[in-house]
Amino acid sequence: MKSLSTSQRHYKVLFITILVLFALVYLAPLYVMLTTSFKGIEEIRSGNILALPETLNVSAWTKAWSSACTGGDCYGLAPYFWNSIRIVLPAVFISTVIGALNGYVLSQWRFKGSNFLFGALLFGCFIPFQVILLPMAMLLAWLGLANTVPGLVLVHVIYGVAFTTLFFRNYYVGIPTELVRAARLDGAGFFAIFRHVFLPLSTPIIVVSVIWQFTQIWNDFLFGVVYSGPGTQPITVALNNLVNTTMGGKEYNVDMAAAVIAALPTLVVYLVAGKYFVRGLTAGAVKG
Amino acid sequence: MFDYLEKQLPKLIMAPTAIAMLVCMYGFIGWTAVLSFTKSRMLPQWDFVGWQQYERLFANPRWHVALDNLLVFTLLFIIIALLLGLMLAILLDRNIRNDGALRTIYLYPMAVSFIVTGTAWKWILNPGLGIEKMVRDLGFTDFEFRWLVDPDMAIYTIVIAAVWQSSGFVMAMFLAGLRGVDDSLIKAAQIDGASTFRTYWHVILPVMRPVFFGAVVILSHIAIKSFDLVQSLTGGGPGYSSDLPATFMYTHAFSRAQMGLGAASAMVMLAGVMAIIVPYLYSELRGKKS
Repeated sequence: MKSLSTSQRHYKVLFITILVLFALVYLAPLYVMLTTSFKGIEEIRSGNILALPETLNVSAWTKAWSSACTGGDCYGLAPYFWNSIRIVLPAVFISTVIGALNGYVLSQWRFKGSNFLFGALLFGCFIPFQVILLPMAMLLAWLGLANTVPGLVLVHVIYGVAFTTLFFRNYYVGIPTELVRAARLDGAGFFAIFRHVFLPLSTPIIVVSVIWQFTQIWNDFLFGVVYSGPGTQPITVALNNLVNTTMGGKEYNVDMAAAVIAALPTLVVYLVAGKYFVRGLTAGAVKG
Repeated sequence: MFDYLEKQLPKLIMAPTAIAMLVCMYGFIGWTAVLSFTKSRMLPQWDFVGWQQYERLFANPRWHVALDNLLVFTLLFIIIALLLGLMLAILLDRNIRNDGALRTIYLYPMAVSFIVTGTAWKWILNPGLGIEKMVRDLGFTDFEFRWLVDPDMAIYTIVIAAVWQSSGFVMAMFLAGLRGVDDSLIKAAQIDGASTFRTYWHVILPVMRPVFFGAVVILSHIAIKSFDLVQSLTGGGPGYSSDLPATFMYTHAFSRAQMGLGAASAMVMLAGVMAIIVPYLYSELRGKKS
């Protein structure tokens, strides 16, 4: 008995060592990004990629933020960071509100054909967006929204609603329909029931939806690169331009500082609300 | 009148979504299909040429490179991410009770955009100053690691970066599945004298089949849609050696004024996704009903 438990303990140590080693490998890119961003360009050329910076040199950060060249102009990432904010906030808000109402209808106020509608919408979670890129560009041009922030908000709302509806529908489906029936007998209407019964129960799923949409839209590149113009590009597009702008020598420290800046908002959200992030991933992923 | 409106309210609420879906998903798919049968280049034109764009597409060596890359990338990416995710989940499940920190570390790449991932790995893998130099500095002066600039190997750098980004997600899915396995099942197997390995192989893994299929669907979906990662890590290069269908479509539809060809490639991508998704959704929805 005793020898078994020692060998089990050995295994445990081995397994934990493996887990920790993998954790280090997963952390390595972030570590390399951060250390590189604080090094001077000479230090990068002569030193080791894993070495700690000799001094904390923040010049790469200020350059990435305010004066690095991103294709045509050299204002750093700052203007594009704000572009992303101006795209993300309304798009997340609108798609979450629509998704909540849709989910409420599809779970509690079903009508003939509503299940079919849900199925058809669900399919939209899976289409490769390449198949709608060209017509959407034409529609945006026709609406006069090509290369504008409202245009990008519209695109993100349209293709985000499939996901937010899925979240809310699957969440509300667990609430018994008797609740609605009882409230209706008391004379409460559609919106009153939503406001006073469903909304107070919805905090977790609202958090899931907001986090999911925030990460998706902040990290989007495809819509950003196709539907934005010179002044309205989101940060992902600007980062890609910055990295691929080859005027003068390659400044890896500036690239890395820029990449961290672009990653920071979603990383912070993940660290603060990781539990809900995972729930969104798996709900958007496996539940039908 | 008011009563009637009140009754129709649920439908009214759904109407904008239904219209947007009808136009911007199904309508646009139809529109792209129509475009793929025309000669459209810079602008849409409506002279129909039958299957000519598809013939051009499949006669194009670059498209075949993209398809081959997709196959290699998808297979390797899915297999490695599944094995890695499963291994981490199993090790975490049995050995560490307080796994918050480790889980957070494995999963954080998923919160980051593919553009950031590509930028980071482009720097790590670059031949001059990245891993190659690091190993050379250790004394192995002949060490070579130039996959990023090697046309035959560039696609594998995309596999590395994609696995780094997504395997934590697989781990999270499997871990949730493992923790959902009924403890009495495991106890029964142990009482029967089954070894840990046999318990996993015969008792736990079969229960996890839905999770497994779910993960495969998500991963293949990520793989087919991969665009950002290629764009930021290799730009499809060297040459077009690491092109994927998504980057092929973008290049031809938007940079090379080959709208008809781009539309045809998008339709082929849709067909590929549907071949995976439709059976999956069908079995999911049918399973729910029974």
